[in-house]
Amino acid sequence: MSKINVRMTVNGTEVEKSAEPRTLLIHFLREELNLTGPHIGCDTSHCGACTVDLNGKSVKSCTIFVGQADGAEITTIEGISGADGTLHALQVAFKDNHALQCGFCTPGMITRGYRLLQENPNPTDDEIRHGISGNLCRCTGYQNIVKAIRIAAEQLNTAEEAAE
Amino acid sequence: MIPGSFDYHRPASLDAAISLLASLGEEARVVAGGHSLIPMMKLRMAVPEHLIDLQDIDDLKGIAINAGTITIGAMTTQAELIASAELESACPIIKETALLIADPQVRNVGTIGGNVANGDPGNDMPALMQALDAQYVLQGSGGSREVSARDFYEAAYFTAIEDGEILTAVRFATPAAGHGYAYFKQKRKIGDYATAAAAVILTIDGGTCSSASIALTNVGDTPLFAQAAGEALIGSSLDQGAVAAAVEAAKAITDPVADGRGPAGFRTHIAGVMVGRAIACAAERAN
Repeated sequence: MSKINVRMTVNGTEVEKSAEPRTLLIHFLREELNLTGPHIGCDTSHCGACTVDLNGKSVKSCTIFVGQADGAEITTIEGISGADGTLHALQVAFKDNHALQCGFCTPGMITRGYRLLQENPNPTDDEIRHGISGNLCRCTGYQNIVKAIRIAAEQLNTAEEAAE
Repeated sequence: MIPGSFDYHRPASLDAAISLLASLGEEARVVAGGHSLIPMMKLRMAVPEHLIDLQDIDDLKGIAINAGTITIGAMTTQAELIASAELESACPIIKETALLIADPQVRNVGTIGGNVANGDPGNDMPALMQALDAQYVLQGSGGSREVSARDFYEAAYFTAIEDGEILTAVRFATPAAGHGYAYFKQKRKIGDYATAAAAVILTIDGGTCSSASIALTNVGDTPLFAQAAGEALIGSSLDQGAVAAAVEAAKAITDPVADGRGPAGFRTHIAGVMVGRAIACAAERAN
């Protein structure tokens, strides 16, 4: 079985590597690129801990082969904060509102929340719950996650209005 | 879980995909979104030696609504079905059903073609396609043919698709203006397959049901077109007696397995409940 050459832009940086076709995107990100923010939770496309942004859409990287992502633009949790380390509004809101306990689901939650707020900048709580329905959290009961996403949305919208 | 090794191919055209499939033989599989196939490959229940990725084939994408026919390319994702305002206005049950499949991330990748071609009895689109009396367009090196969704499913994961063929599109007549519709799905949680689900499409003319089509998901080893259930409604005023007859006719054709979703008898019962509720909802929406 021959290796393939894959190229993608990950968090703004172009990468090119050869990989076995059976390599799953999550393994490629974690083991080849050392991006260990996206987690392997269930490994069966249920839990969403491996969520990354692929060509502007949230996907579960445990159920995508690296070849399928050849040519793609990918953002992981490592690419959400500013280059200088400034936290994204979602990261601040999760921290301030106790939206995590063990933290295992948090990279997936925030990466999904990041895309959700671009698809729908002003979601209702119900829309947030449906929006993150592919991300499981076993600690928090979701209340504070929903609250943090709502607060981050408000802050992002206020910041955008101020900029206009 | 690491899948077995395979060679990866990403052809740029349908012709190239079909000739690859012909030359690589039965150890090759096509992959659309992969959200059925990849989990099976992780479990080594599927061990293809070649994977032919269809993502670069533009001919397999998109929704066309014209001259009373809706054609949906096989590589159209569930998210794209949900986002299409045109499709929602012509045939809203597609969006209603797609929204009950898995979760946002999976719907961004999962396609209608993969959902119907895979033959997994848990998938939701096959029963809906049966209710809509859809045709599946199958293309191979010998040309193209169409198979009715009602004839396509033979057993779990066994379908009318022949070696070397690719399901390229689904096609069905646009439902009559003012039709009633509903897809009701009982599931334990978001992302689960149905305990039982029912698709109902009907028309009402002057208080009388003039057409009705019912199909069931995940209560047999294939999707089930419940012909007698639909016929029980036609000509009635959708009164209690007719609905009860349809529910009984639908339940009679179910043959679910007992699993974590419940014992077989329970799942048959739920199928009946879903049919009854879907009929009531469709009747309310019809005008």
